Amino acid sequence: MTIQEIENQIISEFANFDDWMDKYNYLIDLGKSIPLIDQKNKINNNLISGCQSKVWLRAEYNDGKIIFTADSDAVITKGIANLLIRVLSNHTPDEIINADFKFIDIIGLNEHLSPTRSNGLISMIKQMKLYALAFKTKMEAN
Amino acid sequence: MIFDINKIKQDFPILQQNIYGKPLAYFDNAATAQKPKVVIDTVSKYYSEENANIHRGAHYLSNKATESFENARKNIQQYINAENSHEIIFTKGTTDSINLVASSFGRKFISKDDEIIISVMEHHSNIVPWQILCEEKKAKLNVIPINEKGEIIFDTFEELLNEKTKLVAITHVSNALGTINPVKEIISKAHEKNIPVLIDGAQSIPHLKVDVKKLDCDFYCFSGHKVYAPMGVGILYGKEKFLEEMPPYQSGGEMIKNVTFKKTVFNELPFKFEAGTPNVGGVLGLSAAFDYLNKIGRENIEVYENELLNYASEELQKINGLRFIGTAKHKTSLISFLIGDIHPYDAGIIIDKMGVAIRTGHHCAQPVMDWFKIPGTIRASFAFYNTKDENGRLTEAILQVKKMFG
Ligand SMILES: Cc1ncc(COP(=O)(O)O)c(C=O)c1O
Repeated sequence: MTIQEIENQIISEFANFDDWMDKYNYLIDLGKSIPLIDQKNKINNNLISGCQSKVWLRAEYNDGKIIFTADSDAVITKGIANLLIRVLSNHTPDEIINADFKFIDIIGLNEHLSPTRSNGLISMIKQMKLYALAFKTKMEAN
Repeated sequence: MIFDINKIKQDFPILQQNIYGKPLAYFDNAATAQKPKVVIDTVSKYYSEENANIHRGAHYLSNKATESFENARKNIQQYINAENSHEIIFTKGTTDSINLVASSFGRKFISKDDEIIISVMEHHSNIVPWQILCEEKKAKLNVIPINEKGEIIFDTFEELLNEKTKLVAITHVSNALGTINPVKEIISKAHEKNIPVLIDGAQSIPHLKVDVKKLDCDFYCFSGHKVYAPMGVGILYGKEKFLEEMPPYQSGGEMIKNVTFKKTVFNELPFKFEAGTPNVGGVLGLSAAFDYLNKIGRENIEVYENELLNYASEELQKINGLRFIGTAKHKTSLISFLIGDIHPYDAGIIIDKMGVAIRTGHHCAQPVMDWFKIPGTIRASFAFYNTKDENGRLTEAILQVKKMFG
C-alpha cells in the first residue's frame, strides 16, 4: 500500500468513533501492538528529546526501504508512534520525505501537534524524516 | 464578611464556561490563577479612561495615571507590610525579580569562592540565575536536601551556613509539592551569621498572609498572575539597606536623574530599578486584586483552602493505587500525585478531556522530580473559588484514567 492508501485506511477507522473516549481507547490499544524497539536499542542515542514522555525510535534500512521500531513510557504516545510507524514503515526514503501527514488533522489528533503538548508527535515526525534523509544521502553517496 | 463560595465563584467570569461540554473545574492555580471581574474592570478602565505615560507629568491624564500608579505601590506595600513604599520594585514577575537580585546583588556582593544556598525543591527560576552567577563568579551553589515527605532537612541547612555564605535563596512554598518551608526559622538562623535571605514567594502570596517585616526577609519575590492579578507584573520587595547599595539592573529611561555623555546620575529608589515604561495597567490590576482579597478576608481564604485541601486529600486517599508526592506536615492547597504506574502524561490527557484542568510534568522543578526518581506528577492546585463538588469531578476523572489504563 502507498502512504496515501494507509492514511485513508486510518481515516476511515477513526470515522467510526463518535467520542473522544473511543478514540483514546483505540490509541491505547495501538500502543500495546507497537512494533517494539529491541530492549538493547533503548539507548540515549535513540531517545527523542523535547517530549514530556520518553520516546525511543530506531530506523533500519533494508532493501531500499526503512523499517521503524519504537517505544515510549507513556501509552498514548506509544499509540501515536504506532500510527506513524504504520504509515511510514516499509517505504522508501523519498516516499517518507514527501509524506504530508494531513491525516493527523483529519482524525482529530491535531491538538497533539501543538508544541506545548510536547508529547513528541512533531519531534517523532521530524526524526523519522531525518532518518529518511540520512539514508537517502548515504545511498546516493554510495 | 461571610465566605459564600457560590457568590465568590460568580466573581470570576472565566469559571462560568463549559469545556468539552462540561463545566470547567480549574485546578491549575499554581500555574496561574483566574482573575476576578474587579481586576479585569480595573485594567479595562485604565485603558479606557486613564491611559497616559507616568512620571512625565505634563498633562492631566499623566498626573492621574502617576497618582494611581504610586497609590498602587503604597497599597502593595501595606498588603505585605513593608516598611517603605520605595522598597516595592515593580518587575515582570518572580523570574524577573530573582534575576534582578542575582544580577545586581551578585555583581556587588558575590565573589570567588563565596557560597549561595538554595534547596532541592526550587523552581528553575530560583536555580538557574544562581547557577549562572556562580559560574561567572566562580562561587559555589549549595543545595539543602529534603526528606521523603518533601520537607527540607533543617540540620543540613544549618551545617551549610558558614562565613563564606553570602545569600540564602529559598522558596516559601514549593510549587511541585505544596510544602510550606519554615522560612521564619531559616531567616533567623541565617541572620545570626549576617547572611541575607531571598524568599521566592510565587506560591505563598496567593495562599498565606505574608508579612515581610515579621518574616524579616531581605528580599521577597512574587508574580501578579498567580495572585489573581494580570500577567506581566510582579514585585521585588527588598530591604532599603540592600537596594540602596545594589547597582542598577537594567538601564534607560525612568531610572536616571541626569544623563550627560560623561556621566549619568541614577535616580533614587524605587526608580533606580524600574528602567523603561512600566506595566501600569498590570500594576493597577495587582492593587485591585489585593483589595479584592482583603475584602474576602485573608484569614477566610486560608481557612477555606485548608478545609478544601483536607477534604480533597481524604477523598483522593480513598482511591486505590494513588501515590502522593509531597506529604509535608505544613502544606498549601496543592496535591501532587501519581496513579499507579500510569504515566502522568497519559493521565493528563484523559483528565483534561473530562473538563478538569490540572497540570502534568515536572512543573519546572526537575531536580526535585529527580530526587523522587519520577518523570513528573499530576498536580491539582486549589484556589478559594474551587468547590468540593469540583473535587468530585477530579475523583471521577482519576477513576476514568484507571479504567482506561488499568
Ligand atoms: C515557586 C515558583 N517560583 C517561581 C515561579 C516563576 O514565576 P513566573 O513565571 O511568574 O516568573 C513559579 C511559577 O511557576 C513558581 O511556582
